[in-house]
Amino acid sequence: MRLLNQIIAVSTINLKSLPQRFLPSLSTIVAVALVVGVLLAFMAMAAGFQRTLQGTGSPDIAILMRDGSQQEVNSVITLDQVRLVGEAPGIVRKPDGSPLISAELYVIVDGVKRSTGTKANLPLRGIGADGPALRPGMTLVAGRMFAPGSNEIIVGQALSKEFAGFDLGQQVRFGTTVWTIVGTFAMEGSVFESEIWGDVRVVQSLFQRGSSFQTIRVRMQDQGALDQIKAFSEGDPRLKLAVTSEQDFFAGQSSGTVKLIQYAGWPLAIAMALGALAGALNTMYSSVAARSREIATLRCIGFGGTSAFIGTLLESLVLAVIGGLIGALAVWLLFDGASTSTLGQGFTQIVFSIALTPALVAQAMVLALGVGLIGGIFPAWRAARLPIAAAYAQG
Amino acid sequence: MSDLITITDAAKRFVKGRETISIFDKLNLTIEAGDFIAIMGPSGSGKTTLLNLLGGIDRPTDGAISFDGARVDKLTESQLSAWRAANIGFIFQFYNLMPMLNAARNVELPLLLTGLSAKERARRVQAALKIVGLDQRASHLPREMSGGQQQRVAIARAIVADPKMLLCDEPTGDLDRKTADEILGMLQLLNREMGKTIIMVTHDAEAARYANRVLHLDKGRFVEQGAMA
Repeated sequence: MRLLNQIIAVSTINLKSLPQRFLPSLSTIVAVALVVGVLLAFMAMAAGFQRTLQGTGSPDIAILMRDGSQQEVNSVITLDQVRLVGEAPGIVRKPDGSPLISAELYVIVDGVKRSTGTKANLPLRGIGADGPALRPGMTLVAGRMFAPGSNEIIVGQALSKEFAGFDLGQQVRFGTTVWTIVGTFAMEGSVFESEIWGDVRVVQSLFQRGSSFQTIRVRMQDQGALDQIKAFSEGDPRLKLAVTSEQDFFAGQSSGTVKLIQYAGWPLAIAMALGALAGALNTMYSSVAARSREIATLRCIGFGGTSAFIGTLLESLVLAVIGGLIGALAVWLLFDGASTSTLGQGFTQIVFSIALTPALVAQAMVLALGVGLIGGIFPAWRAARLPIAAAYAQG
Repeated sequence: MSDLITITDAAKRFVKGRETISIFDKLNLTIEAGDFIAIMGPSGSGKTTLLNLLGGIDRPTDGAISFDGARVDKLTESQLSAWRAANIGFIFQFYNLMPMLNAARNVELPLLLTGLSAKERARRVQAALKIVGLDQRASHLPREMSGGQQQRVAIARAIVADPKMLLCDEPTGDLDRKTADEILGMLQLLNREMGKTIIMVTHDAEAARYANRVLHLDKGRFVEQGAMA
């Protein structure tokens, strides 16, 4: 209790005297805020991207691509293979007995970012008649579905917001062909909202892809059907297709980009944290020097070195926490929920929302506390070891 | 009167590089309970070092220091802190108040080291401030008070935990003559009315007149001891 009283008294004295050391304290707060801000901006971007990709894909939909293809753009599937896959076991069948299947073509077209005016790659996906049925959660938010056999397309609402020229009713030119936008769709913020969809036959024809496709999507009867389809594909030398669940496919797509963002964010934040640490050490050593007579006086009175140590450390931690909270608040106000886009692994832009989560804020605050702890511990040690005779010093 | 503090054959040496500096050697001093002693001497004579030894802030290189019959120089750092809190009140030349705490909070500081309740602490703080005539200024910050008032707050802080001995380092060195006399009169009153043993380091011969005894220290030795009227 007595030690607690001492700690409270010393901490109160330290914290109340902060305004007397306003500028050095402010510089520490700003340095920590910048560290936390930069780290959180990167991490929130990675989290938003990850959330978008991991929110995409259903566990009961299987994707089939040419074996060895990492991306849809690298894959080639023939019409014969599509027909063979339709006979595989474990696929949901419609009332007429035909499989629920969509053979799709994925081509890259140009778009212009609204924010920067720069060109970017966008995915145009040709889908079969069952394509929408294989995308649970897909809803038309404006207009209508494209008419089969026509130059009509529908666009994801994220893409429509991020890129110019994709508003409902507008016409857009891809190469030599002109397409009309007849609908805008939403899909719970998934990566599909960054796509343009048209009739696969028309896309094949206008992009001169003959009768080839790149992916096949099928709805499985249950998640166990994945192994049945894999076995079917491996057992037929005409197929040899890689089979994954849609959920796993997109989870794998996110990891590379997420790691890239994180690998850029952490080293930068740590480098800045070292700078902030130097600032914090300087501030706290100055603080101890400025308060040396007060600390020595308290030691004279009978206060222990422990209270001087904890009081000084607490001051450093408080500055770091204030800085951390300001940094987190700034990121939340400036970036949280903001829409942006980056190049996905399919070489096309993926639109996503920056997501600041409590877990990320906790991570950043741990870094801020680390700066405060290391920045405070050495000056605190000096405070605890200060010669008591300094109480007699002038000024 | 009984002996309160005894210094026996005390030596204090500092090592500075290859050089050993001796502040004093075989110093002997006995201070009785209830005494009021002024220690005078030129700069570098060892006054502050002696005050540090008496206050348990420093330890002798050789010799012994006893307080109430118990060895002080053998105590550990934490024991010394507790000993200072229980037995010594410090009064400094520049008051050494915490600028961000009001008078009452400053005076309360030594009581935080006791097990007293907040209510009892507040009662004692008020009583100490009343003794120095500042009970109406309890909520004032140091910067809102004159130098003399600040030193009176410092005196209240020194006596609030009822220590046996007050150690004063040039307590009037920063004050004008009239205010200095008020402060010295107050110390004299604490000595005579409350029985506090007071040891005061001073350069001021006028201030030394308030003491019962004056010790002159020069080059680490008491050169002359004089009893005052």
